[in-house]
Amino acid sequence: MASVGFESVRKVFGKTVALKDIDLLIRDGEFMVLLGPSGCGKTTLLRCLAGLERIDAGAVRIGDRDVSDLPPRHRHIAMVFQSYAVFPHMKVYDNIAFGLRMRKKSKDEVERRVKDGAALLQLEPFLDRYPSQLSGGQRQRVAVARAIVTDSPVLLMDEPLSNLDALLRLHARAELKRLHGEVKRTTVYVTHDQIEALSMGDRIAVMKDGQIVQVDTPSVLYDRPADVFVGSFIGSPPMNFLKCRARNGTAWNEAFELPGPSGMDGKDLLLGIRPENIRTGEGPLRGRVLVVEPLGSHALLTVQVGKDSIKVVAPADTALRADEELRLAPEPHKIRWMDAASGRALTAPH
Amino acid sequence: MTAIAAPAVRRTASRRVIVDRILLYGAAGFLALWTLFPIYLIALAAFSERTAIYDYPKALLPTRFSADTMSFFVNSTGVLSSLRNSVIVALGTIVLGLLIGTPAGYALARFSFPGRGLVQVGVLISKMFPIAILSIPLAVTFIQIGLYDTLQGVIIIHTAMVLPFIVIVTAGVFLGVSRELEEAATTLGTSRFGAFVRVALPLALPGLAAAAIFTFVTSWNEVFAATILTVRNTTLPAQVLGSLNISPLYFRFAGGFFLIIPSLFFIFFMRRYLFNLWGPGR
Repeated sequence: MASVGFESVRKVFGKTVALKDIDLLIRDGEFMVLLGPSGCGKTTLLRCLAGLERIDAGAVRIGDRDVSDLPPRHRHIAMVFQSYAVFPHMKVYDNIAFGLRMRKKSKDEVERRVKDGAALLQLEPFLDRYPSQLSGGQRQRVAVARAIVTDSPVLLMDEPLSNLDALLRLHARAELKRLHGEVKRTTVYVTHDQIEALSMGDRIAVMKDGQIVQVDTPSVLYDRPADVFVGSFIGSPPMNFLKCRARNGTAWNEAFELPGPSGMDGKDLLLGIRPENIRTGEGPLRGRVLVVEPLGSHALLTVQVGKDSIKVVAPADTALRADEELRLAPEPHKIRWMDAASGRALTAPH
Repeated sequence: MTAIAAPAVRRTASRRVIVDRILLYGAAGFLALWTLFPIYLIALAAFSERTAIYDYPKALLPTRFSADTMSFFVNSTGVLSSLRNSVIVALGTIVLGLLIGTPAGYALARFSFPGRGLVQVGVLISKMFPIAILSIPLAVTFIQIGLYDTLQGVIIIHTAMVLPFIVIVTAGVFLGVSRELEEAATTLGTSRFGAFVRVALPLALPGLAAAAIFTFVTSWNEVFAATILTVRNTTLPAQVLGSLNISPLYFRFAGGFFLIIPSLFFIFFMRRYLFNLWGPGR
């Protein structure tokens, strides 16, 4: 009903190219997360979709309409802003009703839908208050309710949780996910928080320097990052990368020799492996423990392997201590080989 | 340690609060007295018997109340009609000034366009020329285009005088209104203009009220241009200026008091917009 399509979208601010020919198709009802560090263009892309920025080339489609030249009000979108942008001079009720009144809904319908929206976001007790009388979390919910009640098929969210404190953010994250399950709108969600992205997105588009680096489901992004950037941006702690060199179908450096990718002889490689995919005890990697950090559910080891230091997840009751020598075994099917020169993964992501 | 120190800290803190309060209220009281006392003296003289003006020492409480002077002043020729003119000119100046100045201030605050800095400075240029220098050529021009001795003419001049102030104040006010609020309105179904009217304008209301008060007072008190550009359709200050310097002292007090009242009413009326706060705690 309302898919979203970016076709070679380009946006230029002065001399900097903020978006470099973005292509992205978001399916109807999908929760798509735009993830990337600040300045990567994710908010700009969202604003181009909302109609708050004009694109310099390409096309933006919502459903089967080309909306590239339409103002925001004709794009059938609703947006939640990072600052919430709740109108301070209107009561909560009028804030939620704003979009409905602008679309000339009847008084009864406005009232019914505001009530529904308020119920969905547990705002009923606050309808008669001004935003200044609400907490940050309540204001955020007003902004979400205001966007949802308009029944726009596409919902845009620009870092809606970044102004909440950590505990509230955890709660609001689950609430937003529940909400998406209930209203099933096509949602485009911008964040720089990879945990938010992994936990909420049906798919994630990872952006860097105005380009989309990889688009896929959270589990594929996590297991098979397309390049070093995605591997180190997603996951906490990030993916480990060990420098090594290919020789006769093996990869070696001073600390190990492993079966490696074929046809790369003499090339520099990176062995990408997640901290939780390395077992301690037996194995081909020789290392020395630098730090042991007990974290309750598990212990995080920092291990020197050759010239690289890597993170390893060990059981909480590990007997390893700092300065001990140990052997490590990366799970073979979890290893991600990267070309050290380009930083790209050797096998194309599925 | 903190448990022992706490009461002492609290006591000094509360003492400091009390001292702060005394200083604040003292200063506020002094300023209020500074403004109100002369007004009170004028009112006292305006509503006393004529001879009481010359009493010495002055009575600070009304002893010989009389509305004679006041009613004589109000009923003398030209006062009521010039009062009406003054009100029309002041309100007309507010309407015209805000109509031109608010969009200009908004544009300066929101858009970056070529020559923006130049406009910002240029707005002040009209303040460089004293009205005394401009008045003769203005009078000539006004005679030629038929605006001489009309209220419209005075409104135009007063608008020109207050416009720089209105533009600068409203630009500052709109800078304080988050752009995201207007963007939110446009995503919710308004046009850009609709977002301005429904969101930016209401939020700018305190600043617009301040600009309106300043405009009213400026126009209300303006004598020079009004005197030069009008003959029969004169405003109250021009009328008062023309007649009072040949009147006895008690008449001048009545005129002075009469000039103050409308301004006070207007400011009291605009006050609620000046401090328009949406909900407590802001």
